[in-house]
Amino acid sequence: MAKILAVDDSASMRQMVSFTLKSAGFDVIEASDGMEALNKAKDSKFDLVISDVNMPNMDGLTLVGELRKLGNFKFIPILLLTTESSAEKKQQGKAAGATGWIVKPFNPDQLLKTVNKVLG
Amino acid sequence: MSIDISQFLNTFYEESFEGLDIMESELLALNVGEADTEVINTIFRAAHSIKGGSGTFGLNAVADYTHVMETLLDEMRAGQREVTQLAVDILLRSVDVLRSMLLSLKDNEDLDHETIATTHSELEKLLNGEATTDQANSSVTNISTDSVSGKIEDVSGWTIVFKPNVDMLQTGNDPVRIIRELETLGSITVEAHTDQLPEFELIDPEQSYLSWTIKIAGNVAEEDIKECFEWVEDECELTIVANHKNSTVAAPILEEAVVHDEKIQDDRRQDDRRQVERRTSSKTAAKKPAESSSIRVNIDKVDDLINMVGELVITQSMLSQIGGVENFDAVALERLNDGLVQLEQHTRELQESVMRIRMMPISFAFQRFPRLVHDLSTQLEKQIELKMSGEATELDKTVMEKIGDPLVHLVRNSLDHGIEMPEIRAENGKDATGTIELNAFHQGGNIVIEIKDDGAGLNHERILSKAISSGIVKEDDNLTDDQINDLIFAPGFSTADVVTDVSGRGVGMDVVRRNIRALGGTVEVKSEKGVGSVFTIRLPLTLAILDGQLIRVGSETYIVPLISIIESLQVNPEMLNSVTGTADVYKLRDDYIPIVKLYDIFGIESDTTDISEGLLVVVENEGRKIAICVDELLGQQQVVIKSLETNLKQISGLSGATILGNGTVALILDINGVMTLYHDVMKSSVLQDKYGKYIAA
Amino acid sequence: MVEAAQNLDQDEVEKEEINEFLTFMLHGEEYGVDILRVQEIKGWDAVTAVPNMPEYVRGVINLRGTIVPVIDMRRRFDLEVLEYSETTVVIVLRILTEGHADRTMSIVVDGVSDVYQVEASNLKASPDFGGDIDTEFVKGIATVDKKMIVLLNIDHMLNSKELSVADMDAI
Repeated sequence: MAKILAVDDSASMRQMVSFTLKSAGFDVIEASDGMEALNKAKDSKFDLVISDVNMPNMDGLTLVGELRKLGNFKFIPILLLTTESSAEKKQQGKAAGATGWIVKPFNPDQLLKTVNKVLG
Repeated sequence: MSIDISQFLNTFYEESFEGLDIMESELLALNVGEADTEVINTIFRAAHSIKGGSGTFGLNAVADYTHVMETLLDEMRAGQREVTQLAVDILLRSVDVLRSMLLSLKDNEDLDHETIATTHSELEKLLNGEATTDQANSSVTNISTDSVSGKIEDVSGWTIVFKPNVDMLQTGNDPVRIIRELETLGSITVEAHTDQLPEFELIDPEQSYLSWTIKIAGNVAEEDIKECFEWVEDECELTIVANHKNSTVAAPILEEAVVHDEKIQDDRRQDDRRQVERRTSSKTAAKKPAESSSIRVNIDKVDDLINMVGELVITQSMLSQIGGVENFDAVALERLNDGLVQLEQHTRELQESVMRIRMMPISFAFQRFPRLVHDLSTQLEKQIELKMSGEATELDKTVMEKIGDPLVHLVRNSLDHGIEMPEIRAENGKDATGTIELNAFHQGGNIVIEIKDDGAGLNHERILSKAISSGIVKEDDNLTDDQINDLIFAPGFSTADVVTDVSGRGVGMDVVRRNIRALGGTVEVKSEKGVGSVFTIRLPLTLAILDGQLIRVGSETYIVPLISIIESLQVNPEMLNSVTGTADVYKLRDDYIPIVKLYDIFGIESDTTDISEGLLVVVENEGRKIAICVDELLGQQQVVIKSLETNLKQISGLSGATILGNGTVALILDINGVMTLYHDVMKSSVLQDKYGKYIAA
Repeated sequence: MVEAAQNLDQDEVEKEEINEFLTFMLHGEEYGVDILRVQEIKGWDAVTAVPNMPEYVRGVINLRGTIVPVIDMRRRFDLEVLEYSETTVVIVLRILTEGHADRTMSIVVDGVSDVYQVEASNLKASPDFGGDIDTEFVKGIATVDKKMIVLLNIDHMLNSKELSVADMDAI
């Protein structure tokens, strides 16, 4: 059962992502900002992290950087949710160490497709 | 397979409204000129969330609208744009528009396209006409590359050379996964190149040394291939060459971005139209937005509740053990009593705990006021500062929802009629800026809300003359200051010369009082000319529980709300005054108080009809006093108010019923109703003229 | 008058082939109420009088935490009043009121009879036979075991003006 960490300060987004992934059989843990996500990451192993960029307490880019510093997260796929499709934002994500991105708005099917692709 | 995400819509709406509130309060708090980046960031994030969520849930009109706001805010937080008062004002108005858009969508009502378009173009103008290109760029989001396949002629396949950079693995990207993804597009042959692989001992497993040549056969779109490498574009060397049947030169396919933009915008507009149609033609929409029937509860409160119930369960099983004993002796009896004491304690704690769940901080009701004061003082050209305290004071959620409108009316009243124009204030040695204070605090089982202003105070002469001319009081009635103040709550009363948009329509104050009364509360005003006024609202902490005094009249038990009792006394026959044998009054210090016999107005029997042998319970309601005749005072207790209307109807003089400890029903008196009933009975008699003063309007 | 008396609730009758009724005695006559509306049957208990209500509203009782009015049927139809005793029965009914949630009300009757199943075909429109109860409240007549049972429309009967919530004082 693959375990996914879903990070977003918007409750409705978290619910949507969580519900979609759980319905597909994944295990999902939620966090509402980077700080909370980092703490959860330190306690558990995850197979994938999906995170929003703009959040209070610690944004997505910083979170990626911090996660990559953790031994067990060095190679784990981390996807950033971004509403920007401009190259610059994607670059920032990559520069921070993210695996890739999912562009918002996305529908559940797109989310699942991407997750399945990444978790193979 | 389709997952229905509309179930999360409500959460989205809730958090969006909260986000809009935050945007509003932060925008108001923004210091134009020396704007705090953190504040701007907060506002930006709120807009960003709404945009993201609305897009996800298909509310494209909202997403488009919010996008411009977000862009403005993004520029501001990056220091690329100055935070001007104009910008703040436009953004504030946009927040309003956005709020009503969301409300309309939520309630399945039509959008106000005109206002939306107007404010939208204002926002765009602010962005200095860059908007159109920005929009074009942003609408490039989510181009499903599936739909964008260019026409490929003659291509029999592709040859891809993929060489990840050394560090590519460290972004969590896995070449194997990428190759697998390619495989879904068509049949592939893969050739791995190991020429870069160092000696075994020198291999760092975290680095990538391999490269691959992948041949994919079939009529595959280049876009689809590119998509597989989308994330790793900059972390690898990639060549994609088309294999033509005839030539080996690849024909690059140009993206026609503009065409796509238009197509997507068109699609979006169509979607919006379809959505609006769908919404309006779906099941009949409710006219009024329903009062929210859900409540957010702090998880601590829920935990407390769970603990209480746990305690209760323990006590209950303990009691049943005692009861089930074979020999019920004195020891068992004592233990039973102890158990019962514990039960009472736990039940009480549980009750308090549950009540607390419905309690929310009054800040929810207060939060609209900074904006209201800001807008209104601008409109009235007055300088007014708002101070609030006690926002954390908790009260019942339903009470809070219903106290909102009365509060607004009272604050507007202070803004409009209380605080003077700056010039006049200065003339009178006052600070040109007036102050309105909103205070909330708990006092003896009630929540007290004060609306204070340092304005001109109530004008007694004007109030009195208006009341006389309206026939509410007579010229020679000698009214105390408090009574004159109270006149403003009379129906149809208003001393405003001109009916302003804000208030003064004369339907205000009496409705305010009525609404507050309906919640079981009271409102009164104290004022000093030239100094200011204070409106004090008192509300019960919960709607469902009442502190009551049990009284017995004949064989019936009634409950008198403790909050209305001034005192109870044994009749001193000398203080009794009979007025033409029908109306009795009692002289209590300086007051003549009408004596009300429940058995008369309720048509029941009493122990005795001789008042001099009974007890009197003196009660008050909004300045008026009566004395209720009772045969006996029974205890005081907290009672749960049960509705009479559910299965019967509302009965004048009663505010509900309750179930006593012995299982019987006791009726709860509504003092205001009792007074009205009394008047109706008395009106029919002649003495109204002579003693109208005592019986009081 | 005859048309009014033929006021059978067609829908209800057509929907169910067989209707089940609980019957009770009142002043020598047997009446029936739709069994699905009967919540419970209890003995007479002390009632709390409610002021300024018609004489036939004896008051309210506590039914497991809900306040339920008690209506005396004899008084309601101006019949000779009997003293309440151990055999007096109170039937608790679910009443439908338009524009209002379901209400629970109770009626005092002489005694409960039985439960009968009546086929729709057996249900006849009631002529004005001069019975105790206003034909306005009568759904129809059924014949069971050679007895005549008057089937009542309790919603009409217990939603009279005096009991109507529509009379509430506007706040």
